[in-house]
Amino acid sequence: MKGKSLISINDYSKSEILQILDLAEGFEKQPRQPILSDKVVSTLFFEPSTRTRLSFESAANQLGARVIGFSDAGTSSAKKGESLKDTILTVACYSDVIVMRHPLAGSARWASEVSPVPIINAGDGANQHPTQCLLDMYSIRKTQGKLDKLNVAFVGDLKYGRTVHSLVIAMCDFDATFHLISPAELKLPSYVKQHIKDKNLEYHQYLSIEEAINKVDILYMTRVQRERFADPIEYENVKNAYILTKDQLKNCKDNLKVLHPLPRVNEISEDVDDMPQAYYFQQAQNGVYVRQALLATILQ
Amino acid sequence: MKKELQVSAIKNGTVIDHITQGQVERVLYILNLSDYKDQIYFGANLDSKKYGKKGIIKVSNKFFAPEEISKIALVSPTATLIEIRDYEVTVKKQVEISDEIRGLVKCVNPNCITNHEAVPTHFEVVNKDEIVLRCRYCEKNTGKTNIEFV
Ligand SMILES: [Zn+2]
Repeated sequence: MKGKSLISINDYSKSEILQILDLAEGFEKQPRQPILSDKVVSTLFFEPSTRTRLSFESAANQLGARVIGFSDAGTSSAKKGESLKDTILTVACYSDVIVMRHPLAGSARWASEVSPVPIINAGDGANQHPTQCLLDMYSIRKTQGKLDKLNVAFVGDLKYGRTVHSLVIAMCDFDATFHLISPAELKLPSYVKQHIKDKNLEYHQYLSIEEAINKVDILYMTRVQRERFADPIEYENVKNAYILTKDQLKNCKDNLKVLHPLPRVNEISEDVDDMPQAYYFQQAQNGVYVRQALLATILQ
Repeated sequence: MKKELQVSAIKNGTVIDHITQGQVERVLYILNLSDYKDQIYFGANLDSKKYGKKGIIKVSNKFFAPEEISKIALVSPTATLIEIRDYEVTVKKQVEISDEIRGLVKCVNPNCITNHEAVPTHFEVVNKDEIVLRCRYCEKNTGKTNIEFV
């Protein structure tokens, strides 16, 4: 996998994914390992995403690599009309790997085709965000002790959330049973459900968290946004069904953990934060170890 | 016998037969035949044993390149391509969609990089019967009803 770009989670096989997760465990035990002290990592954020950028930069710094880059397109040459290709070819002269986030779907794939150095996609519009998927899988494995045959619930906006689509497809390789909790307007797209069926796996659909909470090992929360509804009254009617409260965790399994890609707005009430099930801040922390593992794999 | 006569009516050129009903004008358009100076015959709503109704186009002194044939297949997958040289049928084949389509079709996704920068489009054909093209870049599908050529 040395020198191999990561654009879509589908670019990596099941065994390659497991290899990254295993390596990440080592970085969790010992995060400071200056094994990339002769390397330069570029972070090109054509749209701002402070959380993702800092996670990559922390990962690179802890491996001893130097980090260069920009964090919003306003300060970059893209603003002056330079093509993405030219920006990538130029930055590739200064660095050993390029981490990029860009508002247009497909930008990272294009960059990987023109770039002489590997590209890591940190989000390309509504398309892919593969390191989020890796850190979600790492968090699931860590909290459950395994990835195979789990009951995984997804809550909220299952229609537009790319994070959800990638994770469902990735978890199909580990024989998960899916519990899909969403308003009718925001159901999982049919191509993702078809993928579950093609793998001979089960999914169940629900309209509220209560119906599924006692069956699941992982509760993956996402935000239901008002803008996604054609009718604002419909949003008002359903919004509370997708907010997780402390009370709802009364009937859950002992091993249940709550995940969320963050940032959270109000979909997990703050009284859940102190519960043993809350795992979303550790999940973000795991992102650093997974990104360390990825950088080490690509650059070593 | 009658069919043979129709086909043989040009000395050199190409006959595109069994064009999907209603697509004759679109085929003329995508092949840029509106400016063509030599003879063109075309017919629509003709009876076809196989398809009920069909269209046909005959173009004198013109042979199509593989990417033009790919375009025909995208708007009329049932079409047959017949090449005639000196009144003889030298090639007769069903048009075929290749496994990949490069630089021919626009991506339907307005937020796709191919619609913003000078990136040649590139699709994998995921369903040849229904005509579903998956963009290599944004990973969205472009279908039969929204195919637009570059
Ligand atoms: Zn596209």
